[in-house]
Amino acid sequence: MSSNLANAGEQPAYNYDIVRKFAVMTVVWGVVGMAVGVLIASQLAWPALNDLLQPFSHFGRLRPLHTNAVIFAFGGCALFATSYYVVQRTCQAPLFGGFLVPFTFWGWQLVILCAAITLPLGMTSSKEYAELEWPIDILITLVWVAYGIVFFGTIVKRKTSHIYVANWFFGSFILTIAVLHVVNSAAIPVTMTKSYSAYAGAMDAMIQWWYGHNAVGFFLTAGFLGIMYYFVPKQAERPVFSYRLSIIHFWALVSIYIWAGPHHLHYTALPDWTQGLGMVMSLILLAPSWGGMINGIMTLSGAWHKLRTDPTLRFLVVSLSFYGMSTFEGPMMSIKTVNALSHYTDWTVGHVHSGALGWVAMVSIGALYHLIPALLGRKEMWSVKLVNLHFWMATIGTVLYIASMWVNGILQGLMWRAFNADGTLTYSFVSSVEASYPGHYVRVLGGFIFFSGMLFMAFNTYRTFAAEKDANASAQPQSA
Amino acid sequence: MLTTFWSWWVIILTVTNLVLITWLLFANKKIAVNEEDTEDQTTGHVYDGIEEYDNPLPKWWFQMFVITLVFGVFYFALYPSLGNFKGFLNWTSIGQWEGEMEVANAKYAETFGQYKEMSIEEIAADPKAMKIGTRLFANNCSVCHGADGGGAEGFPNLTDKDWLYGGAPEQIAVSISNGRMGNMPPWGEVLGEDGVINTAEYVRKLSGLEHDAAKAEAGATHFATVCAACHGADGKGMHVLGAPNLTDDVWLYNDSREAIRHAIRNGRANVMPAQVDKLREDKIRMLTAYVYGLSQE
Repeated sequence: MSSNLANAGEQPAYNYDIVRKFAVMTVVWGVVGMAVGVLIASQLAWPALNDLLQPFSHFGRLRPLHTNAVIFAFGGCALFATSYYVVQRTCQAPLFGGFLVPFTFWGWQLVILCAAITLPLGMTSSKEYAELEWPIDILITLVWVAYGIVFFGTIVKRKTSHIYVANWFFGSFILTIAVLHVVNSAAIPVTMTKSYSAYAGAMDAMIQWWYGHNAVGFFLTAGFLGIMYYFVPKQAERPVFSYRLSIIHFWALVSIYIWAGPHHLHYTALPDWTQGLGMVMSLILLAPSWGGMINGIMTLSGAWHKLRTDPTLRFLVVSLSFYGMSTFEGPMMSIKTVNALSHYTDWTVGHVHSGALGWVAMVSIGALYHLIPALLGRKEMWSVKLVNLHFWMATIGTVLYIASMWVNGILQGLMWRAFNADGTLTYSFVSSVEASYPGHYVRVLGGFIFFSGMLFMAFNTYRTFAAEKDANASAQPQSA
Repeated sequence: MLTTFWSWWVIILTVTNLVLITWLLFANKKIAVNEEDTEDQTTGHVYDGIEEYDNPLPKWWFQMFVITLVFGVFYFALYPSLGNFKGFLNWTSIGQWEGEMEVANAKYAETFGQYKEMSIEEIAADPKAMKIGTRLFANNCSVCHGADGGGAEGFPNLTDKDWLYGGAPEQIAVSISNGRMGNMPPWGEVLGEDGVINTAEYVRKLSGLEHDAAKAEAGATHFATVCAACHGADGKGMHVLGAPNLTDDVWLYNDSREAIRHAIRNGRANVMPAQVDKLREDKIRMLTAYVYGLSQE
């Protein structure tokens, strides 16, 4: 399994420029998005921070900015970068689509820029994870269609007989997100910056969470499993554990995930049958989700010793552990009786972040630490020690974050359901807020440590590129 | 309720999905019997140097998958989940809620029953009852009226002797049960801006605040023609309408010139929501006594 870069002469000319652009922007948006995250976590711990620059700095406006920045800017750029890299190399074909390729980059950056401007200004469709107003939604659609043409066009032009499993996941993610985005964002525009949802009442809520949960399922799970299926075997230099397991868990995951949305709306006006169906499908999702974890971790059998020396591989393996943990937690929380305790508490926030920090961010970071040197034809990053430091900061930050939110969530859930002998509530809402402060402080600390790790990554990335430039510069005169 | 078509649509899609997945699972069933079975035969595909083994499914994983599928079958049979099929247990969320409420009402009827024969004044003097009252107030009233009942701008202070609708037990009980709509109509159009300013000066004069005497003089006529209908010729208010007494130094909003002018110009609309359906008689009696007690201290 020698590096394919070594015999690049036999390879078609891959488009690495686009991969490099998206990879760099992944790091940039990671830093920005997580900085906003640390700020809003601090606002919950020290509410006076809301007043930095009212009304633009208010939590209610910055929170969607944070989620959009980390999911669609950081996560989105990571998916673009890795999928463009993986699809070319596993299909042995350069990217299809000509000008559409740079259009996906510049179009996506424009979407992010528009989000960064409109959300603090208070322009929002008020749909969670789909807050952007209709003109931006149209731009997203155009970029996404271009993305689909580039990706599937490349698959069609492939020189391999089969399609590698990573591309199944990337493909399902691109297709499903297109459907979810178009259906959920359907709205009636009133002005350029204001629109109303095409749906009403419980139906609107159901469409919203059908979208919302599958943004998690396809954007943050299927897409990143695509990353995992390439970078884990590549970095470990081991064959994938089981082909048949990937077939089963792929089809089960993509077909069952789509049903799970109603578990966000337990004990609401949603019809009983919808809640029941959503809960059962969420539970059945446990095994398909774990299929990916097993295939990733078992791929390492015979290569465990590499974990001792390779922090990039550590990122990838620990991300799979967090993936397994949060995909166990998710089905448990979707059980109605558990949900009765966990819903509306910080537990949900912790669950999301064990997926977002532990899985999505760490698998992306691991992939980038493989990808960036590979793009530059280097063996490794400028400093492997910094990668190792980043690994520990990311792990400790994630653990602090989710542990504090577990404690807070259970505390809040129990306080809200405590009754006195006369049937009155034992605690007012505000006393549960007061009791949550210690957890909120720990969360700020955990988030800050994770964010600081990203700064080291940005620095390391910069030095890696700079070192490469120096090497080229000094190589040039010699050859002349 | 779904139409028959959509109900079957849901049932067929769900069942087909799960049957296909179950078929896929069993069709690919090659479970590891022992450790040696996990030995290395790749599929022959190579992608960018990556090969794939075709190892058997881990046994525990296969079993876990089957268990969740079996659980699903039972749940679908027992609880509402497949379209309009109600499930054999006839469970509904509204039914569960009604059952829980019935149990709770029976249980707490004892707690509240002992105060049934007592008058509001007697309950207000009972320390144990007032403990319950404090908790009820904290749960239900403090969001607007403050934890101590001291009120806030636009939300009446319940601890003083000043009452918009009267402070007798019966009047308090009506306020809590049926709620109140305090509507002051806007007079800006009728009086003109000068009229608003002059009337405001007169109102300040009524409550003994610093004021412009000439303007107040001009405002007096407006007051007599427009305001006196509700606030009374002497400005002492009227409980039946909830019109505040303007001669004291208690202000629902505040005594600034701008606040008074705003009220005259644009009117005010205050709503106390009715609690009778939510809290019911026993708890309302307790709260009545508690609020009555607040103003007696």
